[in-house]
Amino acid sequence: MKFVWFNLMPWPDLPDDFRETNRSVWVDIDSKLFDPERANGLYHEYMDQLEFADEMGFDGIGVNEHHQNGYGIMPSPNIIAAGLARRTRNAAICVIGNSIALYNPPIRVAEEFAMLDVISGGRLVAGFPVGTPMDTNFCYGQIPALTRDKYDEAHELIMRAWAEDEPFAFDGKYNQLRYVNCWPKPIQKPHPPIYIPGGGSIETWDFCLEHDYNYSYLSFNGHKAGQVLLDGYWERVAELDKDESPGRASFAQIICVADTDEQAEELYAEHILYFFNRCLHMHPGFADPPGYRTVKTIKAGKLGGLRKENQEMFKTLTWKDLVEGGFVIAGGPDTVREQLEQMIKDLRIGTVFGLFHMGDMPDWKTRFSTQLFAEKVMPALKNIWPELETDDRWWCHPIEDRVRPEYTIESARAMATGVDPASLHQITADQSAADHGPEGVI
Amino acid sequence: MATLETIRVTTRRGIEGDAFVGGSGPDLVFFHGAGGVTADDPLVKELAESFTVHAPVWPGFGPDDTETSIEDMLDFTLHGWDLVDAFALQDLPIVVGHSMGAMIAAEMASVARNDLAKLVLLTPAGMWIDAEPTPDLFAMLPFEMAEVLFHDPVLGEKLMTGGADFTDNDALTAFMVANARRMGTAGKILFPIPNRRLSKRIHRIGVPTLVVGGASDGLVPPVYIDLWRDSVAGSSTHMIEAAGHMLHLEQPAATATAILNFLSP
Repeated sequence: MKFVWFNLMPWPDLPDDFRETNRSVWVDIDSKLFDPERANGLYHEYMDQLEFADEMGFDGIGVNEHHQNGYGIMPSPNIIAAGLARRTRNAAICVIGNSIALYNPPIRVAEEFAMLDVISGGRLVAGFPVGTPMDTNFCYGQIPALTRDKYDEAHELIMRAWAEDEPFAFDGKYNQLRYVNCWPKPIQKPHPPIYIPGGGSIETWDFCLEHDYNYSYLSFNGHKAGQVLLDGYWERVAELDKDESPGRASFAQIICVADTDEQAEELYAEHILYFFNRCLHMHPGFADPPGYRTVKTIKAGKLGGLRKENQEMFKTLTWKDLVEGGFVIAGGPDTVREQLEQMIKDLRIGTVFGLFHMGDMPDWKTRFSTQLFAEKVMPALKNIWPELETDDRWWCHPIEDRVRPEYTIESARAMATGVDPASLHQITADQSAADHGPEGVI
Repeated sequence: MATLETIRVTTRRGIEGDAFVGGSGPDLVFFHGAGGVTADDPLVKELAESFTVHAPVWPGFGPDDTETSIEDMLDFTLHGWDLVDAFALQDLPIVVGHSMGAMIAAEMASVARNDLAKLVLLTPAGMWIDAEPTPDLFAMLPFEMAEVLFHDPVLGEKLMTGGADFTDNDALTAFMVANARRMGTAGKILFPIPNRRLSKRIHRIGVPTLVVGGASDGLVPPVYIDLWRDSVAGSSTHMIEAAGHMLHLEQPAATATAILNFLSP
């Protein structure tokens, strides 16, 4: 079982009357709300938290890509991931992911992901989202009806660029390249594990199953709402006669751990409500431009969000609603462990993307919840799926003798003081084999 | 009033589709906009009183699953001419287009400037003025559209939906599917900004041209009609009062009269 500590990197200063004074948190958000000097500290706080999760022994740390978005100040997750690759030690670097239809040409993703995989010593988990309509169509101007087609071509190009040993010509509809010759190449062969974030497009299931990619259902509606969709996914797995490895699926869940259930509400409720009330206040017209979803998916989908009266739903949600509705798994360690175990088994997932920092949660609360989870919840859930011990298709394969932060950081200091960094490398490489684990981190 | 029959047409490329044909008089080809066209379209029926009207249905707007064959402006433009060819007309056609259909018609008249007799552009899409950005139809909810598209939004909503009740889930699903196909296809030339650089070709239009605007058009406001007039040499304009963008539904008689006055002076 893999636990990934995910940070959306929200803007924590959306005003109290944000809903009343803004149409949408995404796409046309008032850019005057962004304060670059405030963000200087914020980026470092959020990256520190991700590094802390590595120290706490999480299997992975996760970043993603959103544009013009009040709950994500991370249009380029690769920049964050590059910083994390140098300063973390064991955790997989999960970039979930790059919206590959947006890169022109998408060979850029093949190159940057290869760089991240090489810098991190083979710790990259590579996500290829089709991209939300907000990001892909409204912020980046891709034509809705052609987005999936362009995505498919980008995927083909990237995978070929990683696989081929000779330069080749690529005559695509959206990309014509006379000399594709990916340089550098990833450490992981044939390629890093691929995660496909989906929001419910039926076509995405078949795409994942065809290629043995992980289907990552990322929503904020929690495990109870996610059950129906993942049940559909597993039915499709059976229909296509694929094995039922839990590694085929992952799920994002908001998790808040405190000493007691009461304390969880006391500590976290206001920040989670900030997220639901302000960060998800979105103009619904941005969610579904005609042509983005296929007819098949529309017919299978829910349309309630398009109704006038349903647009105000989040406004009235209470902490009790969020907990009972499964939007949030919150409470003391026992409560969280029990609910999470049930969720993992019910959804049949091999990876949990845990959302620990949400909304305007302060750093200390985020770390408190994270540490309690790492110490009192995670260990008991690590071996839920014994079959995954021998099924290594779904996770990264770091090289053993990789450069670790104690070398990259210490060697810089050593250079300044005249110590030969090569001797340091030898020491730390030997040490690292001995103290492989959450405790032995600088 | 003339009735229109539905015929099947197959282009030289092999794309099949419906077309509504009827009336008598000189041949007139009507290209519908992103809202689609039916055999009961009031403007098309008015025009059929004086012309032999051919109103083809664009891919994505009819029952045929052909929209993946049309991907960009040149595809639309050549498909338009392929449709005209498929009608096997005796004389050069009068070409009338509405909104997206007018955008395509203007492209057709720019590309093959000698292959038509006259051109009528009704509230044409296809131009962009930085200082006068037009509303983003693709980010609108169904219940928001009538306000932008009609002079009388209350009446407009009824005209647009055929009286469908959006509080009913099946009706909403049916609308969403049809809208996704129609607007998804239209988006190939209208999203995110309805400008495929016609301004580089528009000087080639050489036939008598009328540009018709709706005085209350919220999508292609009158300032755009002026730009079209200035862009097409020798063109004239006519504004329809108490009409929005969907003037063919809101003021079919006045619109038909304006077209008739231009075509039969």
